[in-house]
Parts: sequence; structure tokens; C-alpha cells
Amino acid sequence: MASLNLLIFVSLIYVAFLFAVAFGAERAALRGQGSWLRSPLVYTLSLSIYCTAWTFYGAVGYAARSGMEYLTIYLGPSLVMIGWFWAVRKMVRIGRSQNITSIADLISSRYGKSTLLGVLVTVLAVVGTTPYIALQLQSVTLAVAAFSQADVTMRPLGDQNSTALWVAAGLAFFTVLFGTRNLDANERHHGVVMAVAVEAVVKLFALVAVGVFVVWGIGGGVGATLERIDASPLGTWSVAPDRWLALTALSAAALLCLPRMFQVMVVENEEERHLRTASWAFPLYLMAMSLFVVPIAVVGLDLMPAGENPDLFVLSLPLAEGRSGLALLSFLGGFSSATSMVIVASIALSTMVSNHIVMPIWLSRQAGGAMVSGDVRSVVLLSRRLSIVGVLLLGYFYYRVSGGSTALAAIGLISFSGVAQFLPALLGGIFWRGANRIGALAGLLIGGGVWLWCLFLPSFGPGVILSAETMADGPFGVGWLRPYALFGIAGLDPLVHGVFWSLLLNTTALVGLSLFTFPTPMERLQGAQFVNVFDHTAGARGWSGGMAQSEDLMIMAQRILGAAEAQEMFRRAALAQGLEGYLPEPTADFLQMLERDLAGSVGAATAHAMIGQITGGANISVEDLMAVADETAQIMEHSSQLEAKSAELARTARQLRAANEKLTLLSVQKDAFLSQISHELRTPMTSIRAFSEILRESGDLDVTTRTKYSGIIHEEAERLTRLLDDLLDLSVLENAQVRLTLAEVRLRAILDRAVAATGASGRLRLVRRGAEEMVLNTDMDRLSQVFINLISNAQKYCDAESPELTISAREMDGLLIVDFVDNGTGIAPDSQALIFEKFSRIGHQQAGGAGLGLAICREIMARLGGSITYLPGQQGAGFRVTLPMHGAMAAQ
Amino acid sequence: MDKTVLLIEDEPNIIEAISFILMRDGWRVATHSNGVDAVGAVATRRPDLVILDVMLPGRSGYDILRDLRAAEETAELPVLMLTARGQTRDREMAEQLGASRFMAKPFSNAEMLEAVNDLVRS
Repeated sequence: MASLNLLIFVSLIYVAFLFAVAFGAERAALRGQGSWLRSPLVYTLSLSIYCTAWTFYGAVGYAARSGMEYLTIYLGPSLVMIGWFWAVRKMVRIGRSQNITSIADLISSRYGKSTLLGVLVTVLAVVGTTPYIALQLQSVTLAVAAFSQADVTMRPLGDQNSTALWVAAGLAFFTVLFGTRNLDANERHHGVVMAVAVEAVVKLFALVAVGVFVVWGIGGGVGATLERIDASPLGTWSVAPDRWLALTALSAAALLCLPRMFQVMVVENEEERHLRTASWAFPLYLMAMSLFVVPIAVVGLDLMPAGENPDLFVLSLPLAEGRSGLALLSFLGGFSSATSMVIVASIALSTMVSNHIVMPIWLSRQAGGAMVSGDVRSVVLLSRRLSIVGVLLLGYFYYRVSGGSTALAAIGLISFSGVAQFLPALLGGIFWRGANRIGALAGLLIGGGVWLWCLFLPSFGPGVILSAETMADGPFGVGWLRPYALFGIAGLDPLVHGVFWSLLLNTTALVGLSLFTFPTPMERLQGAQFVNVFDHTAGARGWSGGMAQSEDLMIMAQRILGAAEAQEMFRRAALAQGLEGYLPEPTADFLQMLERDLAGSVGAATAHAMIGQITGGANISVEDLMAVADETAQIMEHSSQLEAKSAELARTARQLRAANEKLTLLSVQKDAFLSQISHELRTPMTSIRAFSEILRESGDLDVTTRTKYSGIIHEEAERLTRLLDDLLDLSVLENAQVRLTLAEVRLRAILDRAVAATGASGRLRLVRRGAEEMVLNTDMDRLSQVFINLISNAQKYCDAESPELTISAREMDGLLIVDFVDNGTGIAPDSQALIFEKFSRIGHQQAGGAGLGLAICREIMARLGGSITYLPGQQGAGFRVTLPMHGAMAAQ
Repeated sequence: MDKTVLLIEDEPNIIEAISFILMRDGWRVATHSNGVDAVGAVATRRPDLVILDVMLPGRSGYDILRDLRAAEETAELPVLMLTARGQTRDREMAEQLGASRFMAKPFSNAEMLEAVNDLVRS
């Protein structure tokens, strides 16, 4: 006999196994190894979260109650994947090109990045999904209860609620752990997807195993089972055409609109071509899942005592036959179905809640907008984690309130019809440029309202929320508002009735209002982007450049994307513009790219608002500009070639301008160079000459004075020597006459030496971290000369109350990167380009150097095959030393 | 003699050298070592002669000279300009602004004594 303890033990092992799978996949993806993670097979299997516990247990119950109708649930998605492949592909393409994070993001982004629409879709999605999550919790609890009844050695579990709570808590933990590891939608949840794919295999295997057992083990083979089916009421084909049609349409819509389906199909999509495999493989999977439903239902009805819940036949049949191993497998299948749905759904919902509700509120409460101090990244992560826990709690409470009584399939269908309300706005958005925000808003509000009134609220049962009188006579006796007979049309099946009216009114509102109101310029541009996504995957135009401060943008981007990623992105953008360093010009193209990247982390509307706050262009001014541009938008679409040329010209012009500016500055500096050299040489010489004359001419000086004066002469002579050394060093380096002494040295040793040479006892506090154990093949003397210079510069120029210099080393893309960042005021942007030139001293010779240090550092790094650059956007002055790793080896 | 000279210079060693030379010659030497409030220092100390370096922290010696010449009390005050950039352009600039004398670093001690004594005698 299967014992409950064994069940719990096996479940825990299984959960541990899933953790290991998810963890392993994350690690493999991190190391860039997991090419098998990105196979079309894994993608297809992950789509199978469509089959939840509802399908696993519920389909059999559904068949036992309503005959062949259960097939509609599989038919709808199959039709979409096969017949509407191009529509799904368009959705995936839009999702990828616009960095869409959720279905709410897609709709909000399409209709002019509307925050209100995002909120509306999110709320509707949460309301529509909560019953579904409750359903999964219920299925697990029922399954455990079925086991405990069969286990004679155990007292029946007194409290099923505690089972549901434990399951919800465990799922929350798993989802937080693997679902909020990284932020960007581009970095997909490999661990979760892999775990879901494994669960997909387990549930299919389990269901097929039970099916095989029922047909050959109990039913006596295929022929006998078919006879049994013919004899049962299920064999008579009695299908109401209206319900058949409505259910097929509903499940087809659900495939496109369910937040969790959108998550695996669009957001987690690794490559578009995977969709091609899924278009035939996914229907096959669905077919395999539905194959044994009828035999199990028929045999269950025959063998099991009347009154036994048909939803649990998959589990109770093997239990009744004493096949505890098979029952365990079946339990794991149902468990897999339930958990994978809940995990993905709560990730999808938490992204929506966090991006469309929490972040906008948080941003608007921060007076300074995106520029306030603090890490936005951690806020986003925290809000996602809290959202996950919140969503699961909601599901648990729904389970408690609804009492877990309703049949599984009924709850599922109500969920489906709720999210199906997104369909008009979604399809209108990607196929019809005329659809606009007001239409979408009205459609969603009306459709959602009708759904709430006709389907959702009545689902709690008469007398719970809607009173029996309201159900029978309408609210306050208004007959045409009866939930099951709107406008007096009675006699329809309640589900068909609700779906028909909600979608009809939803679509009518969308089309009607879109025709009679005007879209904003932003909507038009986004509309063109979405509808014509295959013509040009270029991205929305929206920002006028010049107003934004690149450095501010960088500070913001670092908070959201993380420092290293943001710096890399800015560096690439600057390089593409033909500029060096980390600050590209804030051109429209760059801002748009930045916005799309940020959108991957915080959603389109929020990213738009954040950049808007920094570029100083409130939405109004951008839209004003765009209204002007709108007239020409059509022409621009057709003249992309012309545009490419003018972009090339602008690039060249920018390069020339930068070069010219630098030359002008350099010629001023060349002039200053001679007089600088003169000054630097003559100042010490003055003291030397004056004191040596004094010493020579006056024999009456006492010994102390004499010693003091000759001391000054000595000191100034040394200063002269130092200057001449520096000049010589520089000229040798510049003329490439320098000879490098290459040897293998540990980075830590070089840094230690530099710190010792600068006299670490000063006021400056040093913080060292990172990969200092790296072994380099380099010239130790020269490299430490650079480090000494940077440290002593911080000693001299860092003006913080308690000066601190952070030295951090790491490896990136085959480069060794050592950052020196202090906590002073940093260097003004207009000086940043000059500090590496000779004799450039910020301020006025306060610290006594000749202004050659950084010029020498730059030359040394060039000789060593690396570079030194100013790193803007840090708290204080930041310098980045970069060395190629070839020749450098990781510590053994 | 007992005349006062105000030395406006920022290099400590050069201040020490010039002070020594002039004091031995019987001068009272006052010193000031930044450009920002140099004009004020001249007004309060009322020296007989000013030795003014061109490159001072905070404010250029030329700007200080321009202010001194613009004020009524110091318009005729003898000013000896010192500079470490010995280019003709610097000399022209100093003469144009009304420096009484111009001297490039490094100088000989005798040269310095002769210059200051000339300036107060005339």
C-alpha cells in the first residue's frame, strides 16, 4: 500500500531534483556552455505549461462529465500553432525587437507606452490568473488527500489547508530563487525553463503510463477498451455546437493571451526559428496528452464507486488497483503540471505587477525622478520578489475562500475567458494601424466589466457575492442586466453567453472608438513599428538628442542594468559613433537603443518616463517635436536608405568635429607647452642661483643657515632632475624607443609594490578587491609606475572629507580591467578629454606636479598593449586600466 | 634707508632667497603668497615698492597689476614684475600694463638689488 510518508519523501526528492536541474541550467548558461539549453525541443516542452493540473486531472473529469467537449481545450491551441503560425511569429518578432517583458508591456507599448493600459491589463491578468493558481493548489491537495485515504496506516489528514499553504510557500521560494536572479528580459530564465521542460516530460510520461495501464492492464487491450467506450454514455456524440465553437475559440485565444503562455512563448524565446519546430511539435504533444483521456474516464466510470470525483481518476484508478508505484508516478505528473504552471505564471505576473504598478508609483514618489540616489536595480528585484509572494498568497486565499469545491474545468474556463479580453487589443494592435489607445482602453474596460459581471462573480456560486435574486432578476430588478441573460437574451449556456457578450462589446468598443478618435503621434509611430515589424525592425523614433546629458544617462543605466553591462553598452555606442571613451553623444538613435535596453528591465512605459526625466524633455516637448515629424514619418519609412547615408555623414561630421576640437585644444596646449617647460625649469633654477650666490658671497653666515640654504639648493636640484627624468621618459615612450622587460607577475604583487611606493600611511584609505590573483605577462616596473601615478594622484587631488580609493580588478571579454575610483568630486566633463595631455593640471599647480604623470601613464599603457581611460559616471574620479589577457594566465 | 617692499610670490624658496637678499641690504620685507587678495594686501601695507610674480595661485599677476594701476593711490607705485616664462610676449604684456620694470627668472642677486634700488630712487 502506498504510504503517505513515502509520497512525501518521493515528492521532496523530486523537488530537490528540480532544484538541481534549474541550478545546473543556470550555471551552464552562465558559463556560456548550455547550447542544449537553447534547443527547439526545450522551447517546445516549455510551451507545454499550457497543460496544467487542469489538463492532467481535469480533462478526465471533464470527459466523464461532458463527453468529447474536453477536446476543444487541445483543439484551439493546435489550430493556432498550425494555422496561425504567422500571427504567433509576428508576436514573437515584436516581442524580441521591442524587448517586451509581458503581455501588459506589449499592449501598453503598442498604444503609445500608456501606463494606464499597462495597469489595466495587469489587474485583469492578476484577477484572471488567481483562480487558476488556486486551482493548481487545490489539485495538489486533492491528490494528497486521495493518497491519505488509501493509506490505512495513517489518520486522514485533518487540515488540507496546511498542505496548500506548504505547497504555495515552496513554490514562492523556488520562483523567487530562479525567477528573479537577473533583470533584463534578454537574459532569460534558463533554470526555470529547463525545470519546466523536465516537468513537461514527467507529466506526459505519467499520463501515458496510466493510460497504458488502463487500456492493457484493466481494459484488456485496445479492442476491448473500444467496446467499453462504445457501451458508455461517452460514446454517443452529443455536442452542443455553440459551446463547441466558443470553447475552441476560447482556448485558442488563451494560448495567445495567457500571461504564462506569453512568458514562455515570447519572452523566453531564444530564437525565432524554434517557433517553427514548436508549430508541429506542440500540437503533437497536446495530442499525446489527450490520447488516453477517454479510456481512463470510461474505465474509471465503470470501475470506481459512484460519487468518486472523476477529476482524480488518473490517481484513484491505480490506487484502487493496488498499483502504488504507478500512483506515485501519476501524482508526480500532476504535481509537475501544477508547479510548472504556478512558477511561470507568478514570474509573468510579478513582472507585470512590478513594471506597471509598483515601479511607476515608486518613480512618481521620488521627486527627483530617475536621478535620485540609490539602486533602482535592487528596488525592481525587491518589488518582483514581493509580487511573486503576493500572487501566490492571492491564489492561496482564493483557494481558502472558494472552498475548493467547484469542478476544476469550470474554474479554468472562467480564467480563460478573462484573459481572452486582451485578444481584441492584442490582435488590433499587431494587425491594424488604426487601433488606438482610447479604443483599447474602452474595449478592455467594457469586456473586463462584462466578464466580471457575467462569469467571474457568479463563479463563486449564488449568494456568495451576487445574491440569488440578482442572478434571477438582475441588479435592483433591472431585468436586462441579469448576469446569465444580458439584454434579455436568455437560454444560452452561461459560458457561451458571457464569452459572446464580453468579446463582442470589447471588439465593438475597440473598433468604434479607434475609428472616431485620433491617436497621438507616439501611438502612430508605435503602431507602424508593430504592424510593419517584418518590414523594418528598426525601432521607434522618439527622442530628440542634444538635450540629454550622457553622464546622467550613464549613472541611471548603471543603476538599472548594472555597472559593467552599462559601461560596456555605452562604450560600444560611443565606438559606433566614432568616439572614444564611455560617453556617446545622446543622439536620437542612442537614446532609443538605451530606452529599449532599459525597457527589458523595467518595461517600456517606465523606461520612457525615466529617459524623459533625464533628457529634460517632458513628454510634451517630445510629442510636440514628433507631431512635426509625424507629417514626414511616412516618407521617412520609405527612405531608409537616404537615412543611412545621412547617418554616415553625421558620423563623419561628428568625428571631424571631435578631431577639430581636439586639435584646437592641442595647438593651444603646444603654445603653452614651451612656456610651461620654461616655467617648470626656471622656477627651481631661480632658487638654486640665488642661494648659491648667497653662499658664495657671504662668508659670515652661521652654520645652521648655511646648512639650510644648501639643503634648499639640493632639494631644488632634485626637483629639476625629476622634471628632466619625466620629460625624457615621455619622449622615449613617445618615440617607441622603450625596451620592455616582460616577466610573469601576479597582479597583487604589482599593486602591493605601488601601494608601498606611494607611502600608504597617508590620509587616503585604500579599498582593494577583485581578481588580484591574476598572473600577467608584463613589464612590472612600467605597470607599477602607472599604478603609483594613479594612487598618488588620488592622494593629491581627492578632496573628500575622508578620502578613499577603491581599486577593483576583474576579467572581462579577455581583458584585465583594473578600476581606480576615488570618492572626491571627480573631473569636470570638459576637462576629461584633456587630462591625459602633457602639462595639463586641473586647477592651478596646487599640488606641485609638473602635469606629466597621466601623459606618461597613457604612453606606458599603449606600449604594454592596453589603455588607460577616464571612467565617467562614478562617485568621484575614476580611471580604468585595461590590459589584454593574452599572455596573462589565470592563477593555477 | 628703511624702505618697505611687498613681495608677492608663491614659491617658498624664492620668497626666502629674495627676503634674505633685500633684508641684508636694509629693506623691510613683507610677503604675500596668493593672487586672490594681493591688491588688498598692497592697500593695507602701503609699501614703497612691490615685487610681483606673474604666475600666482588664484589670480594672474597681470590682473593684479591692472587693478593697481587703475586705483588712484597705487597708480604711480613702483612695481617690479617677475616671471619664469622669459618670452618676449610676457615682457610686452607687462610693459603695456604699466610695470615699472620686468625681470626674468633666474636672476642674479646683484641684478635684483640694483633693480629695486633704482626703482625707489627715481
